[in-house]
Amino acid sequence: MSGRAIAWTLALPATLLVVLALGLPVLATFLTTLTSEGGAVANYSGFFTSAFRRTVLWRTFEVAAITTLLSVLIGFATAWVVAKAPGQLKSLLIIAAVFPLLTGAVVRSFAWMVILGKNGILNGLLLKVGAIAEPLSMLYTEGAVIVAMVYLFVPLMVLTLVGVLEAIPQDLTEAAASLGATPAAAFRQVVLPLAVPGLIVGAVLVFTGAFTSYVTPQLLGGERQMMMGTFLYQQAMITFDWPRASTIAAIMTVVTLVTVWAMSRLARRLNPVAG
Amino acid sequence: MARVHPVLGAFAVLVFALLLAPLVIIIGASVSDTTFLTFPPQGLTLHWFERLFEIAAFRRTMITSFLLAVGGTGLSLLIGIPAAYALARWRGGLPAFLPNVFVLPVLIPEIVLGFSLMKSVATGLGLPIIAALLVGHAVLVLPYCVRVVGASLNQFDFSIEEAAVSLGCPRWRAFFSVVLPNVRAGVIAAFILAFITSINDVSVSIFLTGPGVSTLPIQILAHMEQFFDPVIASVSVLLMLVTVGVMAIVEFTLGLTFLTK
Repeated sequence: MSGRAIAWTLALPATLLVVLALGLPVLATFLTTLTSEGGAVANYSGFFTSAFRRTVLWRTFEVAAITTLLSVLIGFATAWVVAKAPGQLKSLLIIAAVFPLLTGAVVRSFAWMVILGKNGILNGLLLKVGAIAEPLSMLYTEGAVIVAMVYLFVPLMVLTLVGVLEAIPQDLTEAAASLGATPAAAFRQVVLPLAVPGLIVGAVLVFTGAFTSYVTPQLLGGERQMMMGTFLYQQAMITFDWPRASTIAAIMTVVTLVTVWAMSRLARRLNPVAG
Repeated sequence: MARVHPVLGAFAVLVFALLLAPLVIIIGASVSDTTFLTFPPQGLTLHWFERLFEIAAFRRTMITSFLLAVGGTGLSLLIGIPAAYALARWRGGLPAFLPNVFVLPVLIPEIVLGFSLMKSVATGLGLPIIAALLVGHAVLVLPYCVRVVGASLNQFDFSIEEAAVSLGCPRWRAFFSVVLPNVRAGVIAAFILAFITSINDVSVSIFLTGPGVSTLPIQILAHMEQFFDPVIASVSVLLMLVTVGVMAIVEFTLGLTFLTK
């Protein structure tokens, strides 16, 4: 057998799995939005003319954007400290970040239900110290979803950025300092530009993850704070409106792909090493 | 050690405290001798763990989830490793877009994959629930298998394999006794990432589970809808123990710093 034939034989089963279990089904979902009753125009204009559906889409954008911004800021500051920590402490901090990361979204979102609930821990604490007289309704608000999502994504951001920061040679900042740069200037002109591509990669992971998430909006937002993921589930499995569910799925997919494509282009353009 | 501004240091301490506090709260709530979820625990009991194992649906879904994670990951490695090997060894003989095909399961939102699989494969083809779940989880974790093993293979010097073959070793044996042992770390890493993804998965499973067959995370969500009791905390602690186990395996085989690379 020629090398080419062997290569194809070996790669075929995995290729077939992706094509049959992902490519064709997702394509079928897109086709549903074009061919179902009324066609593409009815499905997509129906989505964008409904005030409720526009609200869901907008809320999803908003939650994902705020989550990304907060995760980037918190993650970067934390990763900075972790990257500079001495050996033993650094390993410990990495373990402390990996543990929540590997614990599932169900467990981590559930924890915030216990904390933010009407009879939850935070309300109990605030009542005890007399800061409030009545328990606050914190659950099923946009704020609750954002808090839980930031909690979900900060470990991912920290671990991604520790890798990025460690890859920046120490010599560079030392060289900048010996050439008279203040620490702030060295950070702004040397470290930050080198970290930007990694920051963008991390931000894309968080944004697309938040935009398409299901568990956290379901548990902390509920029906009241419907987001695209929970909306898709509701349309598909509760109202059984598959054309509408397909339309939501198609919009989510397009937003994800466009974000990844645009941001990876931006990351390449801003990469000072690749020029 | 390089200087870290004390304010920044204090901020990082706060972040880590907030990262771990919710998990500590769950552990506390799981041993509380109350019928509601509370922290700090009032009294100390393992009753809620006992109760967890008394519920047949939890027992069943724990087994299903474990078998599904092992099966889906196994299947994915079984076809992913040959694909990664082909890509590393004969890159020129394969179309340039092929590596991107294996990234698709990461690019397409999980929930869209779950919905589409339900529509086309589970309902459309009438595949049994467990088979649909297996296919769904296998495709979901395939990127880890192909890319993580592939990263290891790219570090491998294929002239060693050629040496074995030219000395008369059959190709398949050269693969198993020369190539595979050298990319062991990649295979372990892929297995772990895939296993943890599969065992925690909701977005794909929630569309594919059905009467009689469910997975643990889906069962937790179902239980939560009816009872918001410490049983959920106890099953959460159990899942955290799985995480601890997985981290121990990573530490002993690869070192945890592997996860920042």
